[in-house]
Amino acid sequence: MYRYDEFDATMVAERVAQFRGQVARRLSGDLTEDQFKPLRLMNGLYLQLHAYMLRVAVPYGAMSSKQMRRLGEVARKYDRGYGHFTTRQNIQYNWPALVDVPDLLDELADVEMHAIQTSGNCIRNVTSDQYAGATAEEIEDPRPYCEMIRQWSTFHPEFSFLPRKFKIAVTAAPHDRAAVKVHDIGLILYKNDEGETGFEVIVGGGLGRTPYVGHTIRKFLPKEYLLSYLEAILRVYNLEGRRDNMYKARIKILVNSEGADKFAEAVEAEWAQIKDNGIDLPREEIARINDYFAPPAFETLSAESAALEEKKAADKDFARWVRANTVAHKIPGYAIANISLKPIGGIPGDISDVQMEAVADIAEKYSLDEIRATHEQNLVLPHVKKDDLYAVYKALKEADLATANIGMVSDIIACPGLDYCSLANARSIPIAQRISERFADLGQQEELGEIKIKISGCINACGHHHVGHIGILGVDKKGEEFYQVTLGGSGAEDASLGEIAGRGLSSDQVVDAVEKLVGVYRQHRQDNERFLDTYRRLGADPFKEALYEAA
Amino acid sequence: MKAITANRLEDGVVVYLGADDGWTSDLAKAARFEDEDAKAALAGAEARAGEIAGAYLIEVSDAGAPAGRETLRETIRKDGPTVRLDLGYQAEA
Ligand code: HEM
Ligand code: SF4
Repeated sequence: MYRYDEFDATMVAERVAQFRGQVARRLSGDLTEDQFKPLRLMNGLYLQLHAYMLRVAVPYGAMSSKQMRRLGEVARKYDRGYGHFTTRQNIQYNWPALVDVPDLLDELADVEMHAIQTSGNCIRNVTSDQYAGATAEEIEDPRPYCEMIRQWSTFHPEFSFLPRKFKIAVTAAPHDRAAVKVHDIGLILYKNDEGETGFEVIVGGGLGRTPYVGHTIRKFLPKEYLLSYLEAILRVYNLEGRRDNMYKARIKILVNSEGADKFAEAVEAEWAQIKDNGIDLPREEIARINDYFAPPAFETLSAESAALEEKKAADKDFARWVRANTVAHKIPGYAIANISLKPIGGIPGDISDVQMEAVADIAEKYSLDEIRATHEQNLVLPHVKKDDLYAVYKALKEADLATANIGMVSDIIACPGLDYCSLANARSIPIAQRISERFADLGQQEELGEIKIKISGCINACGHHHVGHIGILGVDKKGEEFYQVTLGGSGAEDASLGEIAGRGLSSDQVVDAVEKLVGVYRQHRQDNERFLDTYRRLGADPFKEALYEAA
Repeated sequence: MKAITANRLEDGVVVYLGADDGWTSDLAKAARFEDEDAKAALAGAEARAGEIAGAYLIEVSDAGAPAGRETLRETIRKDGPTVRLDLGYQAEA
């Protein structure tokens, strides 16, 4: 995994020292809040309903055991004993005191963590496939490219004051787990017909107030040109993106108002000017970065594990967990194990200090020291020997982290909503909890298969509701919480935006509504198709009818 | 009636401008203003930049409870997250 070199470590330490001075000047009254706010935001520190909120970067979702252990310690020492994993593979603390934040950041810096690029109108923390380096599906490990983008974009002088924030996601697998089509730039690494690897470049996707699925502006970009091409896109955007209206400032507005073709032409013209100017990394530097992501020391094992089969036969719950939460690894005898942060009735993405330390211990012992965060607010142990799966399951169960529901109806994304967020119209978390409880039975959930429910407390769409198979958006109706349901969205390779089902529902009605929608699916499902496939086959009408009949 | 709320600068917790001109965590002890006096009082509170951040006016009932359109939001600020009854001021009650 990537280790910070001296340059990075110095940069992070300097940033914390600088922020310490800024905090001191704010506390002494030398800085007003208006002067301080942009400075704290540059360091990931927001002010929310109850307290400050600190967003810590987890670049492309990859963490070591040591880092996870520190996240747990920090939660206990400076927060209220928990953290919240977000849809951008970051972690947020909901209660840090301003006076403590410099110390907190120092403790994170000790383990090469920070809050840089988690806020503000810069290129944000790059996100990626949580199975990177582990899944048999991928062409290449996407993380070296994420790291190249991270190094290129961090404190990039030209791109530190963009018209608006800028999010890039990278995947190298045909099954898109990084939602690349709803990012400002999405990159899919693949092999073309000539056998060369390169990127499909997708631009102008996004959620929020004006959601769009991105447009492919280049079908194939030879991979060695990644940075110069990104630079060309950013330059065109930086020049032409609107700065007069915050709601029209994202690249998606530019791309969709002038048309993807025209935008692509401008990028190509810019790129032709700069592609040979030494922006792209020399071969030796690429090799150096690749070395950081050299595969860990996998053992040579047989593909099947007798121990695993035996335990599965003996323990039905374990067998269910293996079916639901583990997926194939590229190395024989290994598996990828998902850790659900969605216990039945729990708060999506929340994890306690003790649980973080348990995950750190388990990863150290059984997953070659690696942990990943997913954009669906779960965690992953990427490299577990099949022989060890039972021990891992037992240890997770001990820590209340063994819910077998990945991708299922109770694996819900929910933003913090009105319980924490100052921008919210309505609460998100209690809706998620009640849906989860309604479908508590894991056998039933498994039978229903993949259903993605995503909930946002306002139109900013931090909970990705537009791309939920069932999306739920909190709206404010004369001071009362209401919820608008959207249907048929997807954030995966078959990306689409959900359609509004009809008038808003009260908080009491919304859980029943989800049950009715699932009922229609159950009734019409063919050949084990997914909820989304049934919806796409039948169209919205039967679902809408069920939703609004005599309601 | 209006009251003035903000987040305390050093730790961010919710506070209200008290009748004694100090900051209190208890909305019931907050100073209440008639609508026409509220703006001037807010300007006075905002000037105390070394103590608080993000001051604004909220609607309160005669009994000193959150009222009006933002009732739910201000109730959650006053008490704590509805999904974690062990956190926020509600935990101390
Ligand atoms: C509580 C503090 C938060 C604040 C103030 C906040 C604010 C915002 C705002 C204003 C936007 C819209 C930006 C735009 O379209 O230009 C946004 C989008 C987004 N936020 Fe948050 N957010 C918060 C928490 C979160 C959390 C907890 C998550 C993950 C669970 C998250 C993930 C996202 C995502 C994925 C988007 C939409 C994607 C896009 O940028 O198009 N945010 N947020
Ligand atoms: S979607 Fe709205 S309510 Fe939810 S976290 Fe984002 S800004 Fe807050």
